[in-house]
Amino acid sequence: MTEPLIYELSSPGRKGVSLPAVDVPETTLPEGLVRVELPLPEVAENDVVRHFMRLSQLNYSVDTGFYPLGSCTMKYNPKVNEDMARLPGFALTHPLQDPDTAQGNLAMMYALQDWLMEIGGFAGVSLQPAAGAHGEMTGILIIRAYHHDRGDKGRNKILIPDSAHGTNPASTTMSGMDVIEIPSDARGNIDLDELKKHCDESVAGLMLTNPNTLGLFEEHVQEVIDLVHGCGGLIYGDGANMNALLGVVRPGDLGIDVLHYNLHKTFSTPHGGGGPGSGPVGVAEKLVDFLPDPVVGIVDEGDEDKPPLYGLITPVKSIGRVKAFHGHFGVILRAYTYMRMLGKSGLRAVSDYAVLNANYLLAKLRDTYKVPFDRICMHEFVAEGHWDDAPDIHALDIAKRLMDYGFHPPTNYFPLIVPEALMIEPTETESKESLDVFIEAMLAIAKEAREDPDTLKSAPHKTLFGRMDEVQAARQLVLCCRPSYLDKPDNK
Amino acid sequence: MTYIPHTDKDRQEMLAVVGVDRLDDLYEAIPENVRFPDLNLPDPISEMEVTQELQALSEANLEVFHTSCFLGAGAYNHFIPSVVDHTLRRNEFYTAYTPYQPEISQGTLQATFEYQSLMAQLTGMDVSNASHYDGATALAEAVILALNHHRGKRNKIVISPAIHPHYRQVVRTYTQGMGLTITGDEKCETEPKDLVKMLDEDTALVTVQYPDFFGNITDLSALGEAAQASGALFCVVINPLALGMLVPPGDFGADIVVGDGQPLGISLSYGGPTVGIFTTKDKYVRKMAGRLVGETVDSRGQRGYVLTLTPREQHIRRDKATSNICTNQGLMALASAVYLSVMGKQGLRRVAELCYHKAHYAAERIDALKGFTLWNKHPFFHEFVIKCPRPVAEINERLLEWDILGGYDLGQEYPDLKDHMLVAVTEVIAKEEIDDLVAALEEVSND
Repeated sequence: MTEPLIYELSSPGRKGVSLPAVDVPETTLPEGLVRVELPLPEVAENDVVRHFMRLSQLNYSVDTGFYPLGSCTMKYNPKVNEDMARLPGFALTHPLQDPDTAQGNLAMMYALQDWLMEIGGFAGVSLQPAAGAHGEMTGILIIRAYHHDRGDKGRNKILIPDSAHGTNPASTTMSGMDVIEIPSDARGNIDLDELKKHCDESVAGLMLTNPNTLGLFEEHVQEVIDLVHGCGGLIYGDGANMNALLGVVRPGDLGIDVLHYNLHKTFSTPHGGGGPGSGPVGVAEKLVDFLPDPVVGIVDEGDEDKPPLYGLITPVKSIGRVKAFHGHFGVILRAYTYMRMLGKSGLRAVSDYAVLNANYLLAKLRDTYKVPFDRICMHEFVAEGHWDDAPDIHALDIAKRLMDYGFHPPTNYFPLIVPEALMIEPTETESKESLDVFIEAMLAIAKEAREDPDTLKSAPHKTLFGRMDEVQAARQLVLCCRPSYLDKPDNK
Repeated sequence: MTYIPHTDKDRQEMLAVVGVDRLDDLYEAIPENVRFPDLNLPDPISEMEVTQELQALSEANLEVFHTSCFLGAGAYNHFIPSVVDHTLRRNEFYTAYTPYQPEISQGTLQATFEYQSLMAQLTGMDVSNASHYDGATALAEAVILALNHHRGKRNKIVISPAIHPHYRQVVRTYTQGMGLTITGDEKCETEPKDLVKMLDEDTALVTVQYPDFFGNITDLSALGEAAQASGALFCVVINPLALGMLVPPGDFGADIVVGDGQPLGISLSYGGPTVGIFTTKDKYVRKMAGRLVGETVDSRGQRGYVLTLTPREQHIRRDKATSNICTNQGLMALASAVYLSVMGKQGLRRVAELCYHKAHYAAERIDALKGFTLWNKHPFFHEFVIKCPRPVAEINERLLEWDILGGYDLGQEYPDLKDHMLVAVTEVIAKEEIDDLVAALEEVSND
């Protein structure tokens, strides 16, 4: 089933596109600056179409089937969003055109800022961050700038629970702060005694994922927040799990000072095989002035006859730009379309059914798969992919075997605090029938683990590709197709 | 419309299995005083209504199809072959996640491997990562790579003023907690040869843009050699489309090449999403941030692709990771790979030359106008600077009456370049449109 590389389809002299003739007098090309070799493929349009069509068929996707990848919120991506993002009036606007001529864009962005503020309980939102991790870094820089602005420059520690996404510590380090890890207690909450030991005047803040990566709402959330606020620190909220909280609780009401949203999770924009995402950041009143440059604001209120005039505004103590231009506009527009259609009641229903679906799966699977912190979960839960009476079987084997049953596997080996973790997030867009078929597969695999472990160890069997040799990939690095690559006979 | 398939019967059955009576009962872990806030959000509307609303909103914008667009400055209006968007609309590409499970993600993985190959060869470098968010963040990641390479012993970054202002701002935002000295961009006329004098034993990285923000193209070999002599890494910010005809930065001794892939088949879309190109030499591959796809074989002996060198990454290394970047710009990287494939060796060269010739025709004609002077002293690619007889904002407002989107007002970011307009000309601009611009400018200057 191997598809040739696009270079392997190339034939000298073949063209894929027709272009117009030069309609102006030609100018001499700059001496000494013109390249001799341009090693690009030479293929016909039809070759390109078939090549990428065949590649697409080697992917599993949300539109192929159930994709319960924990912490990634792989919900259905509405098709109307795609069409709206491609409307010429949006798609053909230039980021540097006069804001007066881009009022449609700015009105849309202003409304989305407003809705995200309302849902999160915040006083300001920046749409600029390009992804969740980018929003995290933005948030930590805002916290740092806030303390520095108050002359409080000794705060260089960020407290991070051990269940946090790996991006939390990485974002902290990138922002020039030190990471202190806080362990979890026996119920999967932040260990309050451990937290107390670290709360002092060197704490800049704490990064809280709530619901946490076990899919559990922190039972002592108010104590955690009060402790950190009590020592002068701020609370960063990782909004990766907002799908459980829409209209249920506002992070700002809990005392969270800054939070990033993942439009590509909670608000249905497609994941694109790993991007583009969008990671807007919401902040409490005291942090509004530190938001990245620019935010969308109203520069003239207008009146009955005249609509308000929107503009791009630099917050007075802004941390600066975090990317060029104004954020992932095309992604922002998809999220706007989704939120506008769902409205207040629809957004609340998203969380209700995301949580119902997760608890239904949990209830059906808990007798077969060990669930280490077993209580009512939020939009996802973590089970262990290992049994004492099937010692050779690991979470990875279960994941691979699920592909044979036609599913994308759950996230495995995360969070790190659960051994052999299988992190399952069904989302609200899956029907009871689709969950029931998944449950049957999970139960069948648990049986196979005891009766026919070899089938699991060697899975997947029905996919077009088998398990990949990742050790070879890392040892004999081949990261691009160079001319020498095509000369090797075994690569042809 | 909620996209939720549950019937009332489904809900009742599922609640019974869970062991609660009502959906509200699922939230008892949440403090009661803040549970179920009454949100001030609009009521739901149908798909039909949302399309009508957004169509109307989109028509409140000026867009580049119904105008002649001479605005560039880091985002360019190029022709995009239909093949590109048809590929992006393949559900299996755009509704998949990061390819963590290679057995069922070979489409994304191989396409990314091809993207990496195309970018490495276009820039004349050894390797490319799977992409960053955009050109600006890719430059910030280059700075971080250089700091890590020098293990924190070098703390100065020399940066050309002719790098896109947003990119320089992003570098400063990213590094504000790191105690660096960032210098070189104080005066707009500083050229690459002037940067040579600023290199010293504390310099971790020197970076310039090519073609630069003002459109200039200059031979960067001397700066490359000087960087190497001083031990600083040399990073070149490129416009990938220009490399269809220009000597690639690899030939100038670049250690890192970054840039924004938007000109390669990605619509303007008000500036995003695009794709951040990042290529480098083999010796820096383990210090490079971002996803990487490598070739291997599967259990059946078939050639296949996987994410590799993941121990560098944040989900394993956590606070010791090379970067916090978690994803790439998968779909946008795919767009540029499809674009480069269909354009091919001849097409990309042709587009670059069309831009070059049209820009030079426009520059020559505008320079001949009374009151307008071409500012560039070097060869340029498809963008150039015109000193104008009146404020650029005033001129641009008048040009709108001619359905012309005028160039970028450089005075916004460069106080010394007040009344200077940065004009971009791409292959989509016809000779008649250039002639109209010239006529319009002449009229505007005579007011």
